[in-house]
Amino acid sequence: MLECVNLQCTRGDRTLFTDLNFSLNEGEILHVKGVNGSGKTSLLRIMAGLMLAAEGEIRWNSKNIRKLREEYQKDLLYLGHLPGIKADLTALENLRVNNALGGNEISEEEAWNALGHIGLKGREDLPARVLSQGQQRRVALARMLVSKAKIWILDEPFTALDVKAVAMLQDVLSNHLQQQGMIVLTTHQDFTVSQGSLRMIHLGLNEATV
Amino acid sequence: MIKVLRWLIWRDLTLAMRRKAEVLTTLLFFVIVVSLFPLGVGPEINTLAEIAPGVLWVAALLASMLSLNRLFADDYHDGTLEQLIISSQPLALLVLGKILTHWLLTGLPLVLISPVLGMQLGLDANSIIILMLTLLIGTPVLSLIGAVGAGLTLGVRGGGVLLSLLILPLYIPVLIFGSGAVDAARTGLGVEAHFSLLGAFLVGALILAPIGAAAALRISLD
Repeated sequence: MLECVNLQCTRGDRTLFTDLNFSLNEGEILHVKGVNGSGKTSLLRIMAGLMLAAEGEIRWNSKNIRKLREEYQKDLLYLGHLPGIKADLTALENLRVNNALGGNEISEEEAWNALGHIGLKGREDLPARVLSQGQQRRVALARMLVSKAKIWILDEPFTALDVKAVAMLQDVLSNHLQQQGMIVLTTHQDFTVSQGSLRMIHLGLNEATV
Repeated sequence: MIKVLRWLIWRDLTLAMRRKAEVLTTLLFFVIVVSLFPLGVGPEINTLAEIAPGVLWVAALLASMLSLNRLFADDYHDGTLEQLIISSQPLALLVLGKILTHWLLTGLPLVLISPVLGMQLGLDANSIIILMLTLLIGTPVLSLIGAVGAGLTLGVRGGGVLLSLLILPLYIPVLIFGSGAVDAARTGLGVEAHFSLLGAFLVGALILAPIGAAAALRISLD
């Protein structure tokens, strides 16, 4: 179980949210909603362990993630705003190296399959530089297909994707929930998952409701 | 753990090989700066040999400085640095991997080209060997110390200048004992003391710098 306890986030002298409490169980997906600048990305970054909360803590299986560090990161896949793609590496190399650096080494065959599945067949060997924005996004998202992590934290995963890719991504999310995974995501788009239970959280200015 | 390190080093080396200009910049800067001195000071070989240790070491210092702000900048801008920070491997170890690659690409070429430049300035064979050895021990220290500064100034506007102000003073001990050793060799004095101190700097920096740089990166991305 992933818990947020009395979380407060401040940027500069502005408080984005205070006293945020919620927990997420296996097979649940949390949709973080809110207007621009309400702290969605900050919340996700705090949950990923990239940012320090002003108050409160995140607990994974009742232990503070600040203490768990690497043990928590093993169970985590975070895909942020930035795709994390190197323009001079091929799609295949990008996928393999990103996975390996995250501690999940995959074989070349697995990488080929994942890229084929996500709609990049025939483009595996092209440098990421020549891929379109949406295709680069797909390379980043291909990590979800080979991930062994339990918690997925996804910041705007649907950005720059076409209708077909969005549908496929929804399937991937449903699949993960079916396997007792957990997902936290932000998006301004509507989406549906066929498995698991969808929960929402609204971040307003200075207040949050679950 | 070693596997992750291997992947990281492979990635950075591959990227450097596909964009050779960045590696060559450091090397050419070093060669050109050293070559300017005979033109400015005059071709008097004894004068040149006298200033050679200092010139070569200062040029090496500035050359390794030149490439420092790109150590983490590319990873920072494309988002891979975030992924390194939340990797399931200790960040200090990954940082050490990045520093090692940085040294292989910018420090080692300086060591290899230095005999040619030493000859250009009229150093004798023995001094040139000592020069290479001091650079071999000294340039990794520069990369290690520099990484802490590069981490701290990451994402700061005008970070390049700040980085120089922050790091150059810390380079002074390496400069003193590095050029001191070559000078001692040239005048026929013992060099053991200089090497012991350079070695001590290297060991100290190897242990402390990756931890410091890792902490600096966490702060920069907060």
